[in-house]
Amino acid sequence: MAAAGALRLLVPRGRLLPPRRGLRLSAPAAIQVTVRDALNQALDEELERDERVFLLGEEVAQYDGAYKISRGLWKKYGDKRIIDTPISEMGFTGIAVGAAMAGLRPVCEFMTFNFSMQAIDQVINSAAKTCYMSAGTIPVPIVFRGPNGASAGVAAQHSQCFAAWYGHCPGLKVVSPWSSEDAKGLLKASIRDDNPVVMLENELLYGVPFEMSEQAQSKDFVVPIGKAKIEREGTHVTLVAHSRPVGHCLEAASILAKEGVECEVINLRTIRPMDIETVEASVAKTNHLVTVEGGWPQFGVGSEICARIMEGPAFNYLDAPAVRVTGADVPMPYAKILEDNCIPQVKDIIFAVKKTLNI
Amino acid sequence: MAALALRALRGRLLRAAPGRAGRGLGTARDFPSLEEKPQFPGASAEFADRLEFIQPNVISGIPVYRVMDRQGHIVSPSEDPQLPKELVLKLYKTMTLLNTMDRILYESQRQGRISFYMTNYGEEGTHVGSAAALDDTDLVFGQYREAGVLMYRGYPLDLFMAQCYGNASDPGRGRQMPVHYGCRERHFVTISSPLATQIPQAVGAAYAIKRADASRAVICYFGEGAASEGDAHAGFNFAATLECPIVFFCRNNGYAISTPTSEQYRGDGIAARGPGYGLMSIRVDGNDVFAVYNATKEARRRAVAENQPFLIEAMTYRIGHHSTSDDSSAYRSVDEVNYWDKQDHPISRLRHYMQGRGWWDEEQEKGWRKSSRKKVMEAFEQAERKPKPNPQHLFSDVYREMPPNLRRQRAALERHLQHYGEHYPMELYENRRRRSRSAHPNTTSTS
Ligand SMILES: Cc1ncc(C[n+]2csc(CCOP(=O)(O)OP(=O)(O)O)c2C)c(N)n1
Ligand SMILES: [Mg+2]
Repeated sequence: MAAAGALRLLVPRGRLLPPRRGLRLSAPAAIQVTVRDALNQALDEELERDERVFLLGEEVAQYDGAYKISRGLWKKYGDKRIIDTPISEMGFTGIAVGAAMAGLRPVCEFMTFNFSMQAIDQVINSAAKTCYMSAGTIPVPIVFRGPNGASAGVAAQHSQCFAAWYGHCPGLKVVSPWSSEDAKGLLKASIRDDNPVVMLENELLYGVPFEMSEQAQSKDFVVPIGKAKIEREGTHVTLVAHSRPVGHCLEAASILAKEGVECEVINLRTIRPMDIETVEASVAKTNHLVTVEGGWPQFGVGSEICARIMEGPAFNYLDAPAVRVTGADVPMPYAKILEDNCIPQVKDIIFAVKKTLNI
Repeated sequence: MAALALRALRGRLLRAAPGRAGRGLGTARDFPSLEEKPQFPGASAEFADRLEFIQPNVISGIPVYRVMDRQGHIVSPSEDPQLPKELVLKLYKTMTLLNTMDRILYESQRQGRISFYMTNYGEEGTHVGSAAALDDTDLVFGQYREAGVLMYRGYPLDLFMAQCYGNASDPGRGRQMPVHYGCRERHFVTISSPLATQIPQAVGAAYAIKRADASRAVICYFGEGAASEGDAHAGFNFAATLECPIVFFCRNNGYAISTPTSEQYRGDGIAARGPGYGLMSIRVDGNDVFAVYNATKEARRRAVAENQPFLIEAMTYRIGHHSTSDDSSAYRSVDEVNYWDKQDHPISRLRHYMQGRGWWDEEQEKGWRKSSRKKVMEAFEQAERKPKPNPQHLFSDVYREMPPNLRRQRAALERHLQHYGEHYPMELYENRRRRSRSAHPNTTSTS
């Protein structure tokens, strides 16, 4: 099959594509770019910018990546910079950690983050802690990236969110992009960062086109790690989400706007270090908080946001308890109807907003 | 279309990557149809027409290369590395100094002065023989029982002690448990506790070195027990496929804590695995410092010249307990330990050799034992008197730069200590009067 055809097969099912949003007016020079192409651009630009950067993972070279994120890069940069590895997550993660210790800047692709569990010791015990344990003499600049979170129709072992797992660990930075600008800017910032960064992408977003501003098209564009973005301003309730649920929140917000409820939607962008100040400022304005995530509830991203709000100045501004919208607390079922109901949907967000606003 | 897309997607997720025989799709392989040879991409071999399984141990075992016999006589003069007297004395003095330091730090743990220790008794020959054969800039990934390598590179007694005591002089700022040494200037990567993780990491570093074309090698030490971890398999396989300048150095000391080699594996040790991965492999007598030296020297030379991984299995014996948390009398006999301690010890073997050459005598031995013990005791006493690192270091190096949440925590600790410091034994900590040594280099060095 031709490459283009094969590529199309990897694009998720139509039902999962969020509708193109006409929420914002395009700046004249903005173009539509898919998350996949944005990631590809980021890799390409950083590989070109810094000779120390290289990509390794299963099928990233000759096959262009399981999800075609590295399309064309092997042809352009060759075996030295784009490395196909044997099927051995703990192996190539260890290789990446060692290469980073020795001064390179690896980008380590997991075919999906589900398989990063094979390599978790290398990520937590080596990558995240070596800088500290060596008293700063051995930095480990490395990016672990790949698709994370619920996919479609691939059940328990292929559909889960690792934001809470990695977000738990000091020494790691964790980013989770939603749009193409997030994807490009965060990947570039992650590659340039001197610390290990876990970048949790979302497979279902890879094929989704987003508007990309002229500024974001530049080679110098980076999105700062640790800063959230207000995607939509509002006065009645704060919705905080990361990754794909950001889109759901925006959809819920436009539906709710018709009923006179103005939601402020915060795209977290970074899980660790968390930009709690942006959330606090918003809660001080709206007095209501709903968190939305695809992961499980216990010790999740939403739990952390609620705890931090409770401990900080914004707590006194809350007019009602915060509400978490999360994935269902079960391994992901395969049956489509069960699967649909295990991940937060727009209706769940609307329900939570109405509950907290008592309407 | 949707169903098809889904199937293709699932296929990608669940399927292993196809083997790639020969890169570049453009070059089609030749299929000489007349020739009766297998054409499978995964192996090059002949056909066989008899049913026959391969025996795991076809020969009686991979031989153990040695240069000296147990009495320190050179067995085959052509194999004598002819090391100059000063170098041999350096080997000997490092081995014995290590042994003395071990005795004192082990004792110190028994007295509750440090929390933990691991001795190197009986394995000194593997450390020093290999370290001497390397260039001083070759990158070392150790497991935890390779202090002699660092000592051979001149790491001072003070710093060994500082690490074990976690005092203010510890370059690691007291962050790691004892024996987890690291030294950037001596190209010795900080020890990491989870077993075998250093193996793929060493390969990754070797790959980086190969890319830099630096005529350097990486040496990766590990125990025969750690070789059972999946990481070891992954590391060997990657070293071969990435064609890296690395020497894998297995210290086969007979035990992994209490697990004897007979329970650790059923093949012919670790060297026998080498050919399966495409590694050049050798087994040496680890208690023969010259055999270790020769094997490491040649492996290192060829690893760099040919970008090829090598595997050395050094047979030795762990005379001490695994660590201070272990009592090995529960699983091995005193006689067994005594045999190695008294009959086949790398230190006495080298001493026999030196005495045979007239380079060493009883008097020199006595004098050196005394003076080396004095040096160790001095360092030990100093280490014990040193203050602990400044508590402010609790927060540094979690990231290359200090994020706001940690800065806030650090400030909160500082405020707390300003108010309530009198209730803490502040005099035990470094620089508690003024702000701590914040001149720590925060820039990335990429050498
Ligand atoms: C992943 C992991 N599993 C278990 C341990 C506990 N452990 C520490 S040392 C050791 C034995 C290792 O034996 P070997 O590799 O032969 O080295 P030796 O101690 O003999 O030098 C074990 C099981 C560990 N540190 N890491
Ligand atoms: Mg052992």
